[in-house]
Amino acid sequence: MTASTASEVRLMKGNEALAEAALRAGMKAYFGYPITPQSEVLEYLTLHAREHAGTVVLQAESEIAAVHMVFGAAGAGARVMISSSSPGISLMQEGFSYMACSQLPALVVNVQRGGPGLGTIQPAQGDYHQAVRGGGHGDYRLIVLAPSSVQELVDHVFLGFQLAERYRTPAMILADGALGQMMEKVTLPPAGSLPHAVPGWATTGKPKERARNVIHSVFIEPERMERQNLLLQEKYRKIREAEPRCEQLGMEDAEIALVAFGLSARICQKAMDLGREQGIRVGLLRPITLFPFPTLAVARAAASAQAFLTVELNAGQMVEDVRLAVNGRRPVEFVGRMGGMVPSPDDVLARIEEMAARLRSRSRAGT
Amino acid sequence: MERTAAPEGMEAVFERPTSLVATPTHYCPGCGHGVIHRALARAIDGLGIQSTTVGVAPVGCSVFMYEYLDVDWQQAAHGRASAVAAGVKRVLPDRMVFSYQGDGDLAAIGTSETIHVANRGENILMIFVNNAIYGMTGGQMAPTTPLGMKTTTTPYGREPATMGYPLRITDLVAALPGACYVTRQAVHTVAAVRRLEKAIEQSFRLQAQGRGTCFVEIVSACPSGWKLTPQEANARVEAQMLKEYPLGDLKVPTP
Repeated sequence: MTASTASEVRLMKGNEALAEAALRAGMKAYFGYPITPQSEVLEYLTLHAREHAGTVVLQAESEIAAVHMVFGAAGAGARVMISSSSPGISLMQEGFSYMACSQLPALVVNVQRGGPGLGTIQPAQGDYHQAVRGGGHGDYRLIVLAPSSVQELVDHVFLGFQLAERYRTPAMILADGALGQMMEKVTLPPAGSLPHAVPGWATTGKPKERARNVIHSVFIEPERMERQNLLLQEKYRKIREAEPRCEQLGMEDAEIALVAFGLSARICQKAMDLGREQGIRVGLLRPITLFPFPTLAVARAAASAQAFLTVELNAGQMVEDVRLAVNGRRPVEFVGRMGGMVPSPDDVLARIEEMAARLRSRSRAGT
Repeated sequence: MERTAAPEGMEAVFERPTSLVATPTHYCPGCGHGVIHRALARAIDGLGIQSTTVGVAPVGCSVFMYEYLDVDWQQAAHGRASAVAAGVKRVLPDRMVFSYQGDGDLAAIGTSETIHVANRGENILMIFVNNAIYGMTGGQMAPTTPLGMKTTTTPYGREPATMGYPLRITDLVAALPGACYVTRQAVHTVAAVRRLEKAIEQSFRLQAQGRGTCFVEIVSACPSGWKLTPQEANARVEAQMLKEYPLGDLKVPTP
């Protein structure tokens, strides 16, 4: 079998779809370690990489080794991906910090499971803070994408490589166990549709004509270390300015704005429909980029929506960013489940009804 | 790079290797790193592989090694140089790739990477500088510290009952089928340095043939960490270190 050069419609499991997307996106190397619920990524790639000549797939001895192999391959100029689930992602944080400082592009996929600790293998969103606040040591950020369907998982593989390479920084797809395991219809882009050139800074061997390329994250003089930090902060400023993405549903007339990403957003979409059937004007803001957080979209919504409800599969993490964006102008409430438990649309609807009742009584009281 | 030509009627018998940068190193007097860098540079020049070589620097005193050898470099996290080197080599299989690590880096925090890189037979050269001490952090006990030796964390000498035994990781590596050439060298005499150069050259030749992992341990002195003069430190290499870590090939490639 050879790689497909046409786009193709298939019914696929999330993990396998993202693996196939990576091959079609021209991924040159993948390093991984088995962990539920994303082991199918490694399995799929070991089975299918040979259809894409020159693609390296390696099962490492640990997540730590894997992430540093990613460092080496990215530094050598290859388009490279790594995937894991929550506990494994924790082990990789050292590598992400080194890559951010060394300005190496790579795509990271976290198919989250319930934690903390060894946790469960069911879906969760408990790694939000770790993902969007950097996760490792030092002042850095990852670009974080939050797909809510198998199709978007595929699209984000392409987008993730593009953004990582554009800004020379690691990008992360923050998915979850349900998305990794569910089957949906996907349109796969053709292979070879995302061109890649080996960058000039890569360590490919030093020809006589150029000075040696050095990829490092050690700047022993504090003045130089601060300069490197300022360079990174300027990069994050540009990313915040140019890259926030947010889907808005029913926000034109919404009195209650739901804010949710990934799997939670799918639950909220159903809850929103149920609310609207009852005559409650519910809208949904779905951040697609978690870093950069779509602060402006949320702030603008606060001009019209009367109240916000953030729904997450955690104890309330993104809700902090929603509150920062709303900046005290509207109440921001939270509904969440933890440890692999998932709220039902009815759970969310119950809170929407309570909030709507409070809004009605407040408007009757003229406040 | 500018060269001083030998004056008329005289012959140049000593010169700086092309791939060694003309700059003073930051190493202490009597440290082995500078000599080992030079041996590497001579091997790289001798084989004409400067433009195709990628080095991976460690954490420790040799973290700034990329200032001294004029090849492309990556600087790895503590313990991970061999994993980084494997990542480079996998995507650039026709380049010469080497990692350079000290004893704490390679034989303590990076033990897992060391064993598995060699066990997969990653086609790279691993250089392992064993001076029995954490030099950069001020002279703490290393996994290779001989029994009885005093360091800042073994102030009464290393005791096996609570601190375990010196780890002969090179012997472990030699037992792995993926390792092709495993040797223990030193830099305390001129003759030893010459043998080291030969070992490095042979390793690169084997790498070019795709023969698997080459592993060169270098028993070296750390006068500052050992609290000795360079001369005394060299004497200790001979008197103590080489008894614990005898020189020679532990595994030679099959013809």
